[in-house]
Amino acid sequence: MKDQQVKFYQTGTLTVGNRLLDSELRTVQATIDRSNSLDSGHRACQGCGEALGARYAIDAAMRSTKNQLIAANATGCLEVFTTPYPESAWRIPWMHSLFGNASAVATGIAAAMKVKGKNDVRVIAQGGDGGTTDIGFGCLSGMFERNDDVLYICYDNQGYMNTGVQRSSATPGGARTATTMPVGPEPGADFDKGKNVPLIAMAHNIPYVATASVDRLHDLEAKVQKAMSIRGARYIQIFVPCPLGWGSNPASTIQIARMAVESGLFPLFEAEHGEITTSTKIRHKVQVEEYLKVQRRFAHVLKNPDQLQKIRNIADNNIKKFGLMSSTGGEE
Amino acid sequence: MLKQIEGSHGVAEAVGLCRPEVICAYPITPQTHIVEDLGALVKGGKITDCEFINVESEFAALSVGIGSSAAGARTYTATASQGLLYMAEAVYNTSGLGLPIVMTVGNRAIGSPINIWNDQSDSMSMRDAGWIQLFAETNQQAIDVHIQAFKIAETLSMPVMVCVDGFILTHAYERMDVPDQEQVDRFLPPFEPRQVLDPSDPISIGAMVGPEAFTEVRYMEHHKQLKALEIIPEINNEFKEIFGRDSGGLISTYRADDADTLIVTLGSVIGTISEVIDEMRDKGQKIGAMTIRSFRPFPLDEIHEVLKKTQRVVVFEKCLAVGLGGIVANNVRMAHRGLTTPVYTVIGGLGGRPITRKSLNELFEKAMNDDLEETTFLDLKQDVVDHEIDRAEKFNRSGAIAENVLRQIGVVDVAKTS
Repeated sequence: MKDQQVKFYQTGTLTVGNRLLDSELRTVQATIDRSNSLDSGHRACQGCGEALGARYAIDAAMRSTKNQLIAANATGCLEVFTTPYPESAWRIPWMHSLFGNASAVATGIAAAMKVKGKNDVRVIAQGGDGGTTDIGFGCLSGMFERNDDVLYICYDNQGYMNTGVQRSSATPGGARTATTMPVGPEPGADFDKGKNVPLIAMAHNIPYVATASVDRLHDLEAKVQKAMSIRGARYIQIFVPCPLGWGSNPASTIQIARMAVESGLFPLFEAEHGEITTSTKIRHKVQVEEYLKVQRRFAHVLKNPDQLQKIRNIADNNIKKFGLMSSTGGEE
Repeated sequence: MLKQIEGSHGVAEAVGLCRPEVICAYPITPQTHIVEDLGALVKGGKITDCEFINVESEFAALSVGIGSSAAGARTYTATASQGLLYMAEAVYNTSGLGLPIVMTVGNRAIGSPINIWNDQSDSMSMRDAGWIQLFAETNQQAIDVHIQAFKIAETLSMPVMVCVDGFILTHAYERMDVPDQEQVDRFLPPFEPRQVLDPSDPISIGAMVGPEAFTEVRYMEHHKQLKALEIIPEINNEFKEIFGRDSGGLISTYRADDADTLIVTLGSVIGTISEVIDEMRDKGQKIGAMTIRSFRPFPLDEIHEVLKKTQRVVVFEKCLAVGLGGIVANNVRMAHRGLTTPVYTVIGGLGGRPITRKSLNELFEKAMNDDLEETTFLDLKQDVVDHEIDRAEKFNRSGAIAENVLRQIGVVDVAKTS
């Protein structure tokens, strides 16, 4: 993302408003010509991180493609809350087929565009973490290895929320879900399990992989636009808090997403052809407990020193592995 | 043009003549040669303006096809057996979305026990999935029916499964008349989709439908299939005019007009059956056959008209409804309504078991004397089965049935030769 120095005298917020930036650097959402691809009136819950992430991501992709965009959608919350016929919140050509095949459907759409010579029409596939890291993983890996011209966006809310909050391979250790209840000697989801799909995507040597979070939408938009400037298979995983599934305050979605990033639990980075090119430094280190205590899914972890330590270790490992602290130290 | 080629190659050439725009390929015996040949035709520039995609599974093969078809591209794939089951979710999805994909199924048994040889259990498992199912009797028909299939599919906006007996047809080298491009172009116009993903006219495809409309949406699928009962013969007539051959339609009959005994079947086995019928006719026996070319939609009236002229019906099928008996026979019984003549079910050719003229001759003789059980397993090794039933009753841990049966067959053969 291109930086711009601005004079800013106000304190108490991390977000300097768009209005201080040059017009071409402002967010897509801040512009009057945004496409509103995911229109208002849909059925997402209050404070839904996925609705927010999708809105920003798709509008950014629309700007990049001059509105020549088609989307394939996996089964899941995003599909259900945007569409029951006869209503649709989508103002782009949009298709839902199955839970596990969004990336393959997108491959097919891209192939059709290629064969018809419509090279300006671009394709995205999108789904939740269950549809991506679990049931859709085979098709996703196939799309990656063939380097099909598709941007896959995974909205990661760390579980199967549409079916009633069950554990996925993106659910973090310790978290309460309907299939990992906080009972017994090892309450919540098991530790040392699960998949890091951004790293697996990188192992396919595809041209672009990024993680993003709804707490910094400008960065999210920039990553989507970067992805759309590249041909071939691309992957972005966006951290999207789920108030219903996480037991969090709907008004705190942005704050929780920020704490996940600033604690080191959800590292933000970009990678090209298997190599990490940027990682977002932590500006104000947040203690893991601060992040956990605003989510009921972790209530039992706070009373369990072993589990708490394990989560701290995960954050510390991420900080080391992805270089999340600047050399001068960002802790305040 | 007359060519001496493999059945699979004939199908590949026929599909190529239909100007497919997206072909998804995943290997599974015995359909593999079809997509191999198509791959070579695309890569070698014989098929132009076509994307040939090597996917990672059958589920992906049809899913990629769903995307390309919804984006307006004429789409083809092929599969068999386990592959068809692995894509089952997408099979239903394709018909629900009304996407006119054409797919070949190289008919093969379903495991376990794993078995690569021919029967029709695979296609039959998807008989109610909303696809039109056309069964080819010969490789010439396989070629011709594929060309018709694209036209039927696109006329109705509904997927078509062309069922070709694995190995017996797919791997047989014989003389085939491969049509000219000019003929096919005259017969098959470019694909104009009923719904399409297009940024200039954005629509949502595949959204949820609740109880208030689901029945009506399903009914429309049924309606389209009933409409296909008219469309399939019409398209076959158009085909006849251009290509000079009768290859499609709903049913065909063989010496059935005055037959007291009617054999009903589908697929390539009609070749052997018609030879047996000829032999029996030479002896003055009144026997004939009917093949069902369109299993879905099921032509109840056309079949009824043939059934009502006979004294008895023998349904010969290469599939089994475990726990019930015949699948085809059950469908035929619905066309038999109002008639009192007996209907016998014969299950044969499972997992590639050869269907011999000798066995068929004995079977048909028995049928003509009304000396058949309601359900008969052709050439069943009864002693082997009895032994295993007995063994399973005696021992709790009686082992794997498949292995025991094979051992027993070995024992029986040793005993016979000594």
